[in-house]
Amino acid sequence: MAHSNLPSEHHESPEGTWWIWKVFIILLVVTTVEVVLGIIKPEALLGQFLGTSILNLIFIILTLLKAFYIVAEFMHLKFEKKNFMWTIALPMLILIPYLTFIILSEGGYMGDFLK
Amino acid sequence: MAKEANLDKKGSVWAGDKQPFGVSYGKQMMWFFLLSDALSFSGFLTAMGLYRFKYEDTWPVAENVFTHFPFMHGDAPLLFVALMTFILILSSVTMVMAVNAGHHMNKKGVVLWMGLTIIGGFMFLGSQAWEWYHFISGDKGAVQLENNEVMYLSDMDGKIMTLHELVEGKPGVHGEHYHFTTEEVREAFATNNDVTIRTPGKTEKTVERSEALELMSKAEVIQGASLTSNEYGHVLFADFFFFVTGFHGTHVFSGVLLNIIIFINVIIGTYERRGHYEMIEKVGLYWHFVDLVWVFVFTFFYLV
Repeated sequence: MAHSNLPSEHHESPEGTWWIWKVFIILLVVTTVEVVLGIIKPEALLGQFLGTSILNLIFIILTLLKAFYIVAEFMHLKFEKKNFMWTIALPMLILIPYLTFIILSEGGYMGDFLK
Repeated sequence: MAKEANLDKKGSVWAGDKQPFGVSYGKQMMWFFLLSDALSFSGFLTAMGLYRFKYEDTWPVAENVFTHFPFMHGDAPLLFVALMTFILILSSVTMVMAVNAGHHMNKKGVVLWMGLTIIGGFMFLGSQAWEWYHFISGDKGAVQLENNEVMYLSDMDGKIMTLHELVEGKPGVHGEHYHFTTEEVREAFATNNDVTIRTPGKTEKTVERSEALELMSKAEVIQGASLTSNEYGHVLFADFFFFVTGFHGTHVFSGVLLNIIIFINVIIGTYERRGHYEMIEKVGLYWHFVDLVWVFVFTFFYLV
């Protein structure tokens, strides 16, 4: 049992706490931008593109940006060994977009043709 | 010789006591659990996407649903949920600070930051309870037609009218919950010629006044939301709201419990004796994951 209490190898991460507050500011600013856009809903961004509005695409991109910062910095995945990083990241990066693609295509089909 | 030495080395690699990927067993298993949990949540959110695409006309628009803010009268869409997001992000930051203090074997620092994280968790849970209360109590009120479709009352241009505006002729106090009977609403609808009904979805299809009158004679008033009825639009929206935010809330709740257990262990010196604070990192991973899921719930329930 002794070995189960060994800590992980130490991987380099920035010294001090400034990087934590940097990530916090980024998350805060991105969320604020999302909320402001969500409240005013600028006319210019309501055009259709790739099956949804440009505004919605902006929301999704900003969300993925936030997700990246949380996983890479707060959850420290960026600083793990590369093999481990990809072991965790690849299943998500492949399976989730694939699932989203097939399910939303199906939903659109049900909406358009099965009424 | 060289071959033997190699074998020897190999033997020790497979003899245990080595960490694959240089990550401890507990931390690795936490990661794989989170990976599977992420797939569960994407299953729920994409399932919601499917019905949202299917029922585009009756799928509620978030800014008509979540409009309350404590001590504020008037529509304030998005503000409360922005506050909840802020609380959760902040508690994620305090969690990283706790992990950081743990790396430096700074017990006092861990106690302080873990304590703040727990408080943040409770604040989030309280906010969620408040959000659910208003969602369940209802806001504008609507009518349910004979074919179970939910319709908002509106003027001829499709601007939503609350039940209070229709029956009393003026807006009620925002955040107060009023109850109206089907008879009251039908009667007020019949005598007020500038009122019709419209679909709750973003397509905002209004119904001709004459047709609306016909439909209203068999419609029932519907206020608030539950698993079987939903004044904001399609009932599946309410089901998904309760299920997904509920499942996320359960994660937050168990996260707070885990944090409390670890917090007590920190205070009684368990990790000081063990020589390292890696347990903080493991619960930290779980806590950040809860934040990560909320980022997606926020986008797909409130923004898009």
